[in-house]
Amino acid sequence: MNKVFHVMYDDDDTLKDAASALVAKGIRVKDVFSPFPVHGIDPIIGVKRTRLGIAAFMFATTGTTLALLGMWYFMISDWPMNIGGKPSFSLIENLPAFIPVTFEFSVLCGAHGMAITYLLRNGTLPGMPASNPDPRTTDDKFVMEITTEQNALSADELEAAIKETPLFELSTKDYK
Amino acid sequence: MEFKFEGRTKLITQILMGIGLIALIGGFFTDGSDHHQRWWANLLINGFFWFSISLAALFFYALNYAVEASWSAIIKRTFEAMWHFLPIGGGVIIFVLAAGHFFHAHHLYHWMDSTLYHEYMVVDGDQTVYLDALEAGAVENPNYDHIIAGKEAYFTPWFFWLRTLGYVATFLIFARLFRRWSLLEDEKPDLDLHFKQFRRSAVFLVFFAVFSSMLAWDWVMSIDVHWFSTLFGWYLFSGMWVSFMIMLNVGLIWLRGKGYYQEVTSSHMHDISKWMFAISMLWSYLWVSQFLLIWYANIPEEVTYYTQRFFSDYQVPFMITFFVNFAIPFYTLLPRDTKRNSKFIVPVGTLIFLGHFADVYLLVIPGTMFDHNEFGIFEIGLFLGFLGLYINRTLNALSNAPLIPKNHPMLQESKELHY
Repeated sequence: MNKVFHVMYDDDDTLKDAASALVAKGIRVKDVFSPFPVHGIDPIIGVKRTRLGIAAFMFATTGTTLALLGMWYFMISDWPMNIGGKPSFSLIENLPAFIPVTFEFSVLCGAHGMAITYLLRNGTLPGMPASNPDPRTTDDKFVMEITTEQNALSADELEAAIKETPLFELSTKDYK
Repeated sequence: MEFKFEGRTKLITQILMGIGLIALIGGFFTDGSDHHQRWWANLLINGFFWFSISLAALFFYALNYAVEASWSAIIKRTFEAMWHFLPIGGGVIIFVLAAGHFFHAHHLYHWMDSTLYHEYMVVDGDQTVYLDALEAGAVENPNYDHIIAGKEAYFTPWFFWLRTLGYVATFLIFARLFRRWSLLEDEKPDLDLHFKQFRRSAVFLVFFAVFSSMLAWDWVMSIDVHWFSTLFGWYLFSGMWVSFMIMLNVGLIWLRGKGYYQEVTSSHMHDISKWMFAISMLWSYLWVSQFLLIWYANIPEEVTYYTQRFFSDYQVPFMITFFVNFAIPFYTLLPRDTKRNSKFIVPVGTLIFLGHFADVYLLVIPGTMFDHNEFGIFEIGLFLGFLGLYINRTLNALSNAPLIPKNHPMLQESKELHY
C-alpha cells in the first residue's frame, strides 16, 4: 500500500526551509501547490527546467512563416498590390511594409501557443477537474506532496521527518 | 579589494595608444582627401563613439539610483570608472567642431559655411557683403541654401556653442558630483547621502533625456543637414547604451578571470546579458521605426539619408551592420544558457560591439566622404588607439577606489541577488 502525505504550510518561506530540510535528509518532494509562484523552490525540490520557452520560440517562428507566406500569396501572387506607391510586386522589395504584420502575427502565435500549451500541460484548461489536493492552496496555504512510492524511507519514517518541520496541517491518504 | 593597474595590462593599453598616435599622425599626412576630410571624420567618429559609451555609463549609474535598483550596487564602481573618458571624448568632439566652425579646417558640417544663409550678395572688388533682401546692385547668392537658411536660428554660432558646451559641462559636473558622493559614502554610512544621490540622479535623467537627443542632432544629424528624423536621438542613445552594456559585460568577465569581483555571481552576469539583449532589440526597433516610415512615405526630403546609404558603395556595410546588430543578439542571446556563458558572451559581444562602431561610422561617413571614402589601416589604427585610451582611463579610475563600495545601503541585497 502506498501512502501520500499532503503537508500544509502557511508561509512560503517556511515551506522553502522545510523543503530544504527534507531534501537534505534525502527525501524526494513530488510537488508543491501554491497560490503564487514561489521564487527559488524549483532548484530545491529538483523540478526540471521548463521547455515552454522553446515551445514559444517554435510557435512564434511558425507565426512568422505563416504571416510571410500569407502576405506573399494575398498581396504579391494572387492579386499584386501597389504598396505605398511602389508597384514592385516582389516580396523582398516590399518586405518593409510586411514587417509590422509579421511581427504582430509572430507575437500572436507565440503568446497563444504558449498559453494553450501551458494550460494543456498543467491540465488547467477551463472546465478541467482541479488537481490540487486542497482548495486552500488557491488562497493562502502551501501544500507539499510527498509519496512513499518515490522514497526509500518507510511511511512512518517519512511521517516522523515531516513532523519535525513547522507544518500547519498534515493529511495522509492511501492509494494503490 | 583594490584593483591594481600595472604590468602587462598597462603595457598593452599603452601599446594600443601608441598605435593610435602613429595612426593619428601618419593618417593626417597620408590622407589625400580635400581638407583631410577623412582624418577629421574618423576623429569625430572615434571621439563620439567612445564619448557616448562613457555617457551611457553615467546614464546607467543615474538610472540605477533613480529607480533604486539594488542588483547593481556591487558593480557600481565599474560604471564610475567607465565614465572617466568623458572629458577626453568631449574634448575631441569640441576640437573637431571648433576646427570646422572657426578655422574651416574641414567640411564635415556643411552648415558651418556662413555664406549659405543669405539670399543676395553685393560683390565689390575683393569684398562680398551678404544681404537678406534685394537691394540695388545686389545679385543672387549662388551659395544660398533655402533649407539650411531655414535652420539659421538653430545653427546661430552662439546658440550652437552654448548647447555643445552646455551638454559637456553638465555631464562633467554630474559625473564629478556622483563620483565624489560615492567615495564619500565609503568613509561612513550616510543614508542622507544615498537619498541625495537618488534625487540628483533623477535630476540628471531629466537633463540627459533632453541633451542626449539634442547632442545627437547637433553633432551627428547635422552632418546630413538637409535631412531630419525626430527619433534620431533615441536611435543614437540606444546604440550608445548597448555598446556600454557589452563593454561592461566583457570587462567584468575579464576582471573576474583575473580574480577580482568574486562576489559577482552568474545572476549579475545574467542580468547584464539581459540588458545587452533588451537594448539590442530597442536599437533594432528604433532603426526599423525610422526606416519604415521614411520608406513608406517616400518623401524626397526624407529619403536622402537612405538613398545615400542604400544606392551607393555603403549598401553592403549598411545592411551587414543592421543584420549583426539585430539578428545576432536576437538569435544568440535569447536562450538562458548563452547569457551566462562567458565563453559565448565575449565573441558575440565583441561582434555586436564592432557592429555598433560600424553603425556610428556609417552615420558620419556617407554625409562627409560621399563616394570617395576609403577604409584602411588608418581607421583600424585609430580605433585601436581610442580603445587603448579608453581602457587605460577606465582601469586607471578603477584602481583609484575600492572595487566594491562600502556602506551602500543596498550592498547586501546586491550580493544576495538571485535570478
